[in-house]
Amino acid sequence: MTPSESPGLAVDAEVTRGPFTLRVAMTAAPGDVLAILGPNGAGKSTLLRAIAGLTPVSGGHLSLDGVTLDDARTGTFVEAAHRPVGFVFQDYRLFPQLTVLDNVAFSPRAHGRTRSQARATAEVWLARLGLTELAHRRPADLSGGQAQRVALARALAGDPALLLLDEPLAALDARARLDVQSELKRHLADFAGPCLLVTHDPLEALVLADRLLVLEHGKVVQEGTPAHVARRPATEYVAKLVGVNLYAGTAEGAQVALEGGGSFIVPGHRERGEVLVALRPSAVVVGRTPPDRSSVRNIWPATIIGLTLLTDRVRLDLQGEPSALVDVSPAAVAELGLCAGDRVFLSTKATDLEVYGPRSPR
Amino acid sequence: MAATAISLMVGVPLAWVLARADFRGLRLLRALVTLPLVLPPVVGGVALLLVFGRNGLLGQYLDQWFGVTIPFSPAAVVMAETFVAMPFLVVTVEGALRSADRGLEEAAVTLGASRMMVFRQITVPLAAPSIGAGAVLCWARAMGEFGATITFAGSFPGRTQTMPIAVYYALETDPDAAILLGLVLLLVSVVVLITLRDRWLRGGIAP
Repeated sequence: MTPSESPGLAVDAEVTRGPFTLRVAMTAAPGDVLAILGPNGAGKSTLLRAIAGLTPVSGGHLSLDGVTLDDARTGTFVEAAHRPVGFVFQDYRLFPQLTVLDNVAFSPRAHGRTRSQARATAEVWLARLGLTELAHRRPADLSGGQAQRVALARALAGDPALLLLDEPLAALDARARLDVQSELKRHLADFAGPCLLVTHDPLEALVLADRLLVLEHGKVVQEGTPAHVARRPATEYVAKLVGVNLYAGTAEGAQVALEGGGSFIVPGHRERGEVLVALRPSAVVVGRTPPDRSSVRNIWPATIIGLTLLTDRVRLDLQGEPSALVDVSPAAVAELGLCAGDRVFLSTKATDLEVYGPRSPR
Repeated sequence: MAATAISLMVGVPLAWVLARADFRGLRLLRALVTLPLVLPPVVGGVALLLVFGRNGLLGQYLDQWFGVTIPFSPAAVVMAETFVAMPFLVVTVEGALRSADRGLEEAAVTLGASRMMVFRQITVPLAAPSIGAGAVLCWARAMGEFGATITFAGSFPGRTQTMPIAVYYALETDPDAAILLGLVLLLVSVVVLITLRDRWLRGGIAP
């Protein structure tokens, strides 16, 4: 199947910006909400800019609903103004000299509608996003959450086939973020086309998206449902985001020798050679002495180097072979009298160790 | 006035080109645009005379083919003043465009706006304070223009005589009238500067 035959967005492209090269192959079907997750400088925004036509691709091609938007080989390049793409920028970029109504009416105007038609369209969108009473304000008089909604209304008013959101909630304070987030989820569900959402907040990605795409250093390191990504993170960065311990190692039968020292015994994992092992912080048991039950085969000593209180549990930072982050209850910390520098024994059940194949193919 | 209008029509797009475009010869163009700032106005007048004079580079053809002679006509006044004053507008507006937020233009493009629409609805309105300031500067410079005008357009009362030239001649014949005219010019200049100062203080003008 060639990408241009499928509906939705198909990207198989390379974008070069100075010394930085982004290489991405991905698709998004109509109705999909795809979160693009990655650290700063991973190329998330560059990807959105390329799709919107603000940065041309240097290799490969981009197509939307079967129409080629950009193809480095044939030289096809549809100007940004002619792409049916709605873009919500991180800093919203509302036009300061226009009222909210005229901001939202801008896109219908640009598509050749008369002023009154465009305003009528804008009013429909303002009503849908609950912004009617703000219609005659200027962007400077809006709160962050309101500006975010206006930016979304403005992008949607152009009737785009694809919606791009660049860190839509990053500029909001924590309180506004929660409100806007749930509202945004509703609007994204109503949107018929594919939607790409750039974020560096894993929670935002988990709440808003059906699928995650993780970018690091200009490459896709993992793609999948939030549940899959959370269970089997492909890189250290992803593991940190979803809050699990990740170890690289070599599997030899049930034995997995870890790169940083130490080993796990995990029967029946069926992997060979290079593997990753994921371990949830809550799946590790901490004790002063090694547990004497023979059913637990993964037991190792470690030294506590840090304790952090997280609302209802305490996260222990432990150094050993391997090192680990472990969550225990505050009660357990008190009972065991744990403090930094203490030597303890860690143990975990083999069923809590997720062993999976080498880093996802590039 | 006409000089300011022409400067606005030519100068704003020119400033946009200088601020945004990237092509070979851009530096040369920029040097040429700012040349009148450096050149003594009389020299500018001589240059205009050489180009548009009856025997000038272009002037001789204008005269032969169309029977048009520019020097020593009201049109010459406008040309001379535009030549000298336009750089003030171009430099002011170019600075403003350079420091302007490209993001808003990008946003407009993603909403489907053509380049013309972006320029007219986003770029120009956002640069409006600087364009206004540049126009006032340009107008003030045009009004005070002496050297290029007297060289290229001469001084025919009612036809090509401008205020400063009138002052100059009045000084020789009727000093009282000269003082009166001078006071009028002073007043106008002070009013212009007072209205402009606000913009300068608010940083409307990038140098």
